[in-house]
Amino acid sequence: MSTSANNPLAIVSSAVQEHQNSPGGLLPLLHEIQAQLGYIPKDCVASIAAGMGLSRAEVHGVISFYHDFHDQPRGQTTIHLCRAEACQAMGARELEKHVKTRLGIDYGGTTADGRFSLEPVYCLGNCACSPSIRMGDDVFARVDAHRFDELLDNS
Amino acid sequence: MVKVFIPGDTTACAVGADEVAAEVALQAQKKGLEIEIIRNGSRGAFWLEPLLETEADTGRIAFGPMTTNAVAELFDAGFPAACEHPLKLGKVTDIAWLARQDRLTFIRAGITDPLSLKDYKELGGFEGLKNALDMSPAEIVEAVVQSGLRGRGGAAFPTGIKWRTVLNTPAEQKYIAANADEGDSGTFADRLLMEADPFQLIEGMTICAMAVGASEGFIYLRSEYPKALHTLKHAITEAKNANLLGDDIGGSGRRFHIQIRVGAGAYICGEETSMLESLEGKRGLVRFKPPLPAIEGLFGRPTVVNNVLTLAAVTTVLANGADHYRNYGTGRSRGTLTAQLAGNIRHGGLVEIPFGTSLRELVEQIGGGTITGRPVRAIQVGGPLGTYLPETRWDTPLDYESFADIGAMLGHGGIVVFDNSVDMLEQARFALEFCATESCGKCTPCRVGSVRGVELVDKIANQDQVTSNLELLEDLCETLDSGSLCAMGGLTPMPVRSAIKYFPQDFTRAAES
Repeated sequence: MSTSANNPLAIVSSAVQEHQNSPGGLLPLLHEIQAQLGYIPKDCVASIAAGMGLSRAEVHGVISFYHDFHDQPRGQTTIHLCRAEACQAMGARELEKHVKTRLGIDYGGTTADGRFSLEPVYCLGNCACSPSIRMGDDVFARVDAHRFDELLDNS
Repeated sequence: MVKVFIPGDTTACAVGADEVAAEVALQAQKKGLEIEIIRNGSRGAFWLEPLLETEADTGRIAFGPMTTNAVAELFDAGFPAACEHPLKLGKVTDIAWLARQDRLTFIRAGITDPLSLKDYKELGGFEGLKNALDMSPAEIVEAVVQSGLRGRGGAAFPTGIKWRTVLNTPAEQKYIAANADEGDSGTFADRLLMEADPFQLIEGMTICAMAVGASEGFIYLRSEYPKALHTLKHAITEAKNANLLGDDIGGSGRRFHIQIRVGAGAYICGEETSMLESLEGKRGLVRFKPPLPAIEGLFGRPTVVNNVLTLAAVTTVLANGADHYRNYGTGRSRGTLTAQLAGNIRHGGLVEIPFGTSLRELVEQIGGGTITGRPVRAIQVGGPLGTYLPETRWDTPLDYESFADIGAMLGHGGIVVFDNSVDMLEQARFALEFCATESCGKCTPCRVGSVRGVELVDKIANQDQVTSNLELLEDLCETLDSGSLCAMGGLTPMPVRSAIKYFPQDFTRAAES
């Protein structure tokens, strides 16, 4: 993931070309743009819409509907904290408090140094070894406050 | 060369399997031992992960749960030979937790290299498709009808009937959509299947395509499953290279292609019509039914929408016959239940057993009770929209009808255990909060009712007119139940009402104190 791409419009344009003939290709397109830029810049919506034969409202509607898509730059690593029932049964509510305090941010926030963003997630499919968090693409099991600090310090 | 197995599954890696694998490689190198490390799928005994296995003359011998620190001493004790060690579990097939299961769908999980077609075929893979290619579409559909298989995603609709509708709806283009948007908390069976035995999903979708006359298939995979995505991508490539997908499947001249589409973090997209909208590149707004997706589904074409486990189970039906499959189970719940033991549970993981086992036996005997050692207080069955069950309901047999009779549902088989520290008011509040967060917003009861519900629970928690607010909450639940467009709003009252009904003291406690 690069947040310093020098020409977002060029990246968007080539991604649009790749997906514009694929039926229902808007989600794969948005995933690709976000993978390359780290977010989907608002000023790219018009060119996405034009390339995909959609209105700007439709594109904006899709970006805003899905929790994964962001129209603002994110931290280098996104930490997804599972809030769902299996994790609750193993102390996710306490972990949540600790994580927010430790990072000094709430859900949707990014740390001042730009290293971490925090997002809630409702299940990582790791429910037999709760509580779970995801950092980048790695899932960690049985995370308590101590383990979280360890993961943060080692990242 | 001795084969050593360490799972590459998400949960196994989340508890350190990668580190164990690296340490095993290092220690073997130090001792000058030649071993082959295979990253198998997990057997689903997650409480024993990382589960290290070595191939002995008598079968595979397991050690677990492994830690990196224990690897060196294990080698000192003689590993990879089946040496003695405190973490030795013995023959893996003799581990009681696994031995008592009836593995049909998860028969290969944890045994094979997930991406080895050779392994897959050696253990019965593609037998079902081979049989299906020699059958007429109607014969395949009839076999699925006869098997009694019902949708494993949660709604439990008879699979064969759905397929028959698609088969009998004429169209130039039909689609198969595998629902891999496994969003229910406490469930991981789809994930395990896709990571441990991905060819089975591919085979099941292909059989389905042959049955209904579809040439295109989509797997709608949630973005929370990056490992499953990686495994499926490679499996699809392997299957194409082996002509098991593509324009000439197994030399039959028939074609079927599969694309993976990744979701974007919306629980509602597990609802079938919302998923279809999402596959079309739109907001995941739920559609009105009718028309049924089987008649007007993806891009307006007849579409089979089935859960991953349903499609996987079809391979067993076609390989071993409908009678073999329907011989498992009870009443109208045929075949096996893939229960997932989760939350506060000592022996958590995937348990495939015939329908009809009691919830108590599953949680207390197979699951071993809570990991905290405290008494179990509530068990939520069937995901975040499922009922919270108190001890008086735990003797209910796990089958669709018995659960419906007690106002509950099996759903996708997720079983989340809570000990006696749980606050059921908090759980009811969460159910409504979750609904508010994940509602697609199309219908008012779900969109607005969920928000109002959270406010009511907060008032009750603050001792504000508890009796009348509980009445109001019940009214609201009735509105959600009868007025919502889909199961999201329609079933949110299940956890809320059951929490109030079975654990009333958690709601009135504030008023009494």
